[in-house]
Amino acid sequence: MANQPNVTFGALGAGRAGPGMSDAMSGWLLSAPLMLVLAFFLILPIIMIVIVSFWGATEFSIYPAFQFDNYEFLLSSPVTYQVFLATIKYAIITWVCTLLIGFTIAYFLAFHIRTQTWQIILFLLCTIPFWTSNIIRMISWIPFLGRNGLANSALVGMGIVDQPVEWLLYSDFSVILAFVHLYTLFMVVPIFNTMMRIDRSLIEAAYDNGATGLQTLTNVIIPLTKPGIMIGSIFVVTLVMGDFITVRFMSGSQKANVGRLISNDIALLQYPSACATAVVLLVTVLLVIAVLLRFVDIRKEL
Amino acid sequence: MTDKQKKDGLSRRSVLKGAAATAGAAIGSGAITGFPTIWAQNIKDVTLRQFGTGVSNLNDVAQKVKEDLGFTLEMTALDSDSVTQRAATQPDSFDIADIEYWICKKVWPTGNLQAMDVSRIKNYDKIVGIFKDGKLTPESEIAQGTAPHTVGFIPEPGATTFADEQTNWMTLIPTIYNADTLGIRPDLIGRPIESWSELLNPEFKGKASILDISSIGIMDMAMVCEAMGEIQYGDKGNMTKEEIDKTIGIFTEAKKNGQFRAFWKTFDESVNLMASGEVVIQSMWSPAITAVKSRGIDCVYQPLKEGYRSWGGGIGLSKSLSGLELDAAYEYINWYLSGWVGGYLMRQGYYSAVPETSKEFMSENEWGYWFEGKEATDVITSPTGDKLAEAGDKRDGGSFYDRMGSVACWNAVMDENQYMVRKWNEFIAA
Repeated sequence: MANQPNVTFGALGAGRAGPGMSDAMSGWLLSAPLMLVLAFFLILPIIMIVIVSFWGATEFSIYPAFQFDNYEFLLSSPVTYQVFLATIKYAIITWVCTLLIGFTIAYFLAFHIRTQTWQIILFLLCTIPFWTSNIIRMISWIPFLGRNGLANSALVGMGIVDQPVEWLLYSDFSVILAFVHLYTLFMVVPIFNTMMRIDRSLIEAAYDNGATGLQTLTNVIIPLTKPGIMIGSIFVVTLVMGDFITVRFMSGSQKANVGRLISNDIALLQYPSACATAVVLLVTVLLVIAVLLRFVDIRKEL
Repeated sequence: MTDKQKKDGLSRRSVLKGAAATAGAAIGSGAITGFPTIWAQNIKDVTLRQFGTGVSNLNDVAQKVKEDLGFTLEMTALDSDSVTQRAATQPDSFDIADIEYWICKKVWPTGNLQAMDVSRIKNYDKIVGIFKDGKLTPESEIAQGTAPHTVGFIPEPGATTFADEQTNWMTLIPTIYNADTLGIRPDLIGRPIESWSELLNPEFKGKASILDISSIGIMDMAMVCEAMGEIQYGDKGNMTKEEIDKTIGIFTEAKKNGQFRAFWKTFDESVNLMASGEVVIQSMWSPAITAVKSRGIDCVYQPLKEGYRSWGGGIGLSKSLSGLELDAAYEYINWYLSGWVGGYLMRQGYYSAVPETSKEFMSENEWGYWFEGKEATDVITSPTGDKLAEAGDKRDGGSFYDRMGSVACWNAVMDENQYMVRKWNEFIAA
């Protein structure tokens, strides 16, 4: 008697291939759609890029080969190292600036704005610039910062400088300014998100125990916000390292980062050499992310 | 995809129309070309996709095509590098490629373009000699670089190499060309500029610019280095590795010293750099000068004693064009050379490949000013209506024969192009 429903159940189950399946199996099946998408649109293209990076190129075509010419030229040129250094420099400076600004904004939103309505309103306010394309937001800096632009006329008009300031535009300064402007929100969002989840009683407890504001910040809030900071950092660093258009426009084509090296190669139909550069860049970015992930276990913290 | 849909749509319509009009007139698409009446109706359904640099991809031209010929011309404007890339790698994405002759040298061997039958080009005989035997006048000397006539013909349809002389198969139908030099802001410079070497004059530190398109930029560099007396080239249009190293070396040093404010890649960028006063001397294209002037800012296309760097553009046909669309393309080419476009372009400061037909579409004053280098007898306006010159003004550089007669070199693709490109990349990154 006790067995019978079991048998029926088992047979039924086998028919639907449901409960009879192991957890591992259903896990694989559930993740299969995403895996397939990633395999087709991420893994395959990357494999392609790696393969083509060993190919050769003529003026107007590429031909299959297995040669190290592209890497040899890339790794033996001092320009490559300068450009990688410049890329990392942009990434670090932008990261520091966006982190400071982003953290401050998120902190203000999360802990100084009392009502949720206002939090939402102010948060949406932060996203308004994103309603226009980022190219437009970037290019609008150009007339502002130019030799005869608003910034310089204001500075000269107020008597702060005699001559227009040249380094405002087409310089590292303008490039980083644009980066910070474009990417700070990517820092604000995840940090704000993790801050909102901090249990307020922890802050009260810190206060009750006599911690100063600064101590609360460094001992309670920052450690608890680490996952948000890390996610924001990954966004900003990868975006900056992969960018080419901001560097091209804001430096007036005078400065280069790895992205521009790749885009120049593509423009000149040198796909294999572009692929080789892309592979080296990919490895660099992965290393940076690996290092970042050493600091915090995102899976655990989320 | 669109190509296929378009073709399907076409034959379906032709069948319907054929059935409505004369029975049995339209038996499949092959019959279309044979029947002018049906052809004339169907041509309205044709869409030709043209792409090219901003200089000649003008919406006014597309509108006029619709008016005069009835079919639709879709225009896409890109920078020179993107144009090359597209012509070389995406042959199905266009029907007509509006490219420069040096791009043709690079792209032709891919087999993505088809040669044109000269016998179907009505005004072929009137095309300027530069595009046929390379000589403007019988006495002219052929300048260095990729001169258009050297890549203008192929020996037979399907060939991927160029012919040494005129044949019945043309790679590109020449459309526009010009002699380029440096653009300057006389109001901000305040003294005469006579030589290419002024581009690297420390006086203009932080106020100079050069274009970031390697094949063109290297020629400007060569003009400068030669004018400075730093390098004597065997052939500027086909440099040796040592010459490339030396040329780029000189410019890299200048760049590191802060000579350049920016580099530009598109027409608009060059206009903005000049108009905003960021730059007072730079490599520039003629209509960019026109664009700066039409904002009321003083700008001169300065003739220089070493001569001009010249370029020429033409339209090529995609290899996938056939049937009715190919006919429409020939129709378009013949229309292009028949004068209206030529007049339009000449009033912007370019030259038409068939100047005599363009003359009919220009006033005597305009023809005198733009082509003959005479004093304007009345106000000169651009095709869009902006005032470019007052009565009494003369064109910078003089007449057609003065300007095109002192071409020192053509935009070029060199044997060592790959090496040059890598060096150029280093220059930009340095």
